[in-house]
Amino acid sequence: MTVQTEAAQAPDLLYTEAEDDLRSAVRSLLADRADAPTVIAAVESDTPYDLRLWESLAAGIGAAGLLVPEKLGGQGATHREAAVVLEEFGRSVAPAPYLTSAVVATEILLALAEDGGPAAALLGELAEGRRTAVLALPFASAPADAAASTTGTLERTVTGVADAAAADVLLVPTAEGLYAVEAGGAGVAVQPLVPLDLTRPLATVTLTGATGTLLAEAGPAAEAVGRGLLAGAGLLASEQLGLAEWCLTETVRYTRERHQFNRPVGSFQSLKHRMAQLWLEVVSARAAARNAADALATGSPDAPLAVAVAQAYCSEVAVHAAEECVQLHGGIGMTWEHPAHLYLKRAKADSIAYGTAGRHREAVAGLVELPAP
Amino acid sequence: MSTAIDAAQVRRLTQELLAAHPPATTDRTDFLKARFDAGLAWVHYPAGLGGLDAPRSLQSVVDAELAAAGAPDNDPRRIGIGLGMAAPTILGYGTEEQKQRFLRPLWVGEEVWCQLFSEPGAGSDLAALGTRAVRDEEGTARSGEAGSGGDWVVDGQKVWTSSAHVARWAILIARTDPDVPKHRGISYFICDMTDPGVEVRPLRQITGEAEFNEVFLTGVRIPDSRRLGPVGDGWKVAQTTLMNERVSIGGARIPREGGMIGTVAKTWREQPGLRTHDLHQRLLTLWVEAEVARLTGERLRQQLVAGQPGPEGSGMKLAFARLNQEISGLEVELLGDEGLLYGDWTMRRPELVDFTGRDAGYRYLRSKGNSIEGGTSEVLLNIVAERVLGLPAEPRNDKDVAWKDLAR
Repeated sequence: MTVQTEAAQAPDLLYTEAEDDLRSAVRSLLADRADAPTVIAAVESDTPYDLRLWESLAAGIGAAGLLVPEKLGGQGATHREAAVVLEEFGRSVAPAPYLTSAVVATEILLALAEDGGPAAALLGELAEGRRTAVLALPFASAPADAAASTTGTLERTVTGVADAAAADVLLVPTAEGLYAVEAGGAGVAVQPLVPLDLTRPLATVTLTGATGTLLAEAGPAAEAVGRGLLAGAGLLASEQLGLAEWCLTETVRYTRERHQFNRPVGSFQSLKHRMAQLWLEVVSARAAARNAADALATGSPDAPLAVAVAQAYCSEVAVHAAEECVQLHGGIGMTWEHPAHLYLKRAKADSIAYGTAGRHREAVAGLVELPAP
Repeated sequence: MSTAIDAAQVRRLTQELLAAHPPATTDRTDFLKARFDAGLAWVHYPAGLGGLDAPRSLQSVVDAELAAAGAPDNDPRRIGIGLGMAAPTILGYGTEEQKQRFLRPLWVGEEVWCQLFSEPGAGSDLAALGTRAVRDEEGTARSGEAGSGGDWVVDGQKVWTSSAHVARWAILIARTDPDVPKHRGISYFICDMTDPGVEVRPLRQITGEAEFNEVFLTGVRIPDSRRLGPVGDGWKVAQTTLMNERVSIGGARIPREGGMIGTVAKTWREQPGLRTHDLHQRLLTLWVEAEVARLTGERLRQQLVAGQPGPEGSGMKLAFARLNQEISGLEVELLGDEGLLYGDWTMRRPELVDFTGRDAGYRYLRSKGNSIEGGTSEVLLNIVAERVLGLPAEPRNDKDVAWKDLAR
């Protein structure tokens, strides 16, 4: 084995002190405003999103503008910090348009905002948390779908748009380019769907005679959408990490307390081995997710591979952790009252969001030249 | 505490060593002895014992200077058990006499060490070992080594001993009191592998060759002066040995596609005729897992450098064992016709072991040992569950029973 010499290029896989502080702030906010009973009650109501939570997160902590440079109204931080926020959202599964608006839509606008103009203006509003925007593509769209996204016109129906119900603005790719369409404007219908994951509402967006502001021509638009989806996929890995970590922590806690056969069920080797295995997966997912966040933050040429690897790995870890969480909780894990089901549904939906693990493995095959037969 | 030694001083000492003993004109062993005497063997060891009482991190300064000057090294792979296990134990528990006698030739590589721990009846449950050491106060200790309480007479069988056939010395644990619970009746010795009664037989393994040995001990007399640590404290002493075994895991930085995945990826690229859809899916899954394992190791390394060591190291061996097995298994399938063949079943004694070397069949079979040697994956999962996750231990019935009354 040869030893890697380019130490300067090694990704920083740890957390900085500032990142730890940000985590604490987000965690205590979510603990205050979005504990499990609150989330369970909210997802069945007409108002799954907690506007005050968003205000505190965006305006108070400044989390909505982490990716945005200060001169454009943001915090001038990076994907590394946004990833930490998403880890906490993964732990809490509180409904909030963070990944969709503060990461994907924000990244798209960042790609288009260099020369000022409407993209820069909207970006500033998103960064301050005054408005939210989502990309009007199906939530399952992978980075590889960006090139084909700039087709059709503003007359269209898009199904499975995540957080559309919470958005003020829809970013709509068409053959002419990328439009910003007011969600509440004439000719725009946002029809909620019944989602598998209740904590991330989906909707069908129907545009009939709607108008919008053209932000970019088709070429740069496709590129910007690709950048947005790449950032979304890459940072989703951190949400999946946070989710998996919650599932493991809760399962360990529960199996230490739960007694059957006159001993804690967590003392049975068959259960211990499953939790230890999960721990190993969580530790590995952390390395993969940090690598993706760091590659996005530094604009590394390796970012597409780092993201594809992180998604191919972390999707399955999150699902595995949530499935084990349900099983090792036994009967209580099957109830509506216990939050385990929220995590299972979120994990399963996340495994499709921004491309399945299989699609990301296909991306890996292309990037490292391991072609299919 | 004396004044802390810094990198500049270590560099200066290294240059002085090189000036006094130019590698080009100095005998290899002489150079290594001079290096030991200059305290540059292992700088974190005490002065006079090959070190400088310096921080361990300064060793890399010495190694880099010496490598740049083309100086010989002590071939650490050949003497890994001495360096990684025997030395820290002797340093921790040895008498001054023992340290002076053993550490220099150990480090220089003049004397190879092996480890007599595992037994046919004591693998994962090492503390159940049955090799007996019985004290003979009368003693017939050889001249020069007598005078401190006679001999111990050792009888038993050890197994999976690498280097036993080339070793001069062994670290040995044996039962000195069968009447107390198993962890309490063990003592730790240094055994002379050239003594009468020590018989080494090759242990032929699944790959056809013999990396390891069985060692039969019959009436072997060990002077009491070669005991390490108090009588009955051998289990505690052995923990030092085993702890140091684990420290060495996960040190070096590995490049992308380092290790077994690189070999199979190369075959995939070079031989399109072997590709199938099923193998493609499995290859990509393993490629991603190998890359994530590499990143996990890198993250662990960064934590150590930053002075925040985490428990993640316990997991790395688990991950690599499984990956090595699955990747090499895939490779045998990928090779098809060639996968039906095997390089050589001849009984041989390999000098060094290379998990990633030789042909796919060998790698497939050798990697089966990765989840057994140095702690089975099942035991490691228990350790993670109990020490990292804090899950309760299984109820046990062997802790308070005298060793002689245990089921076997």
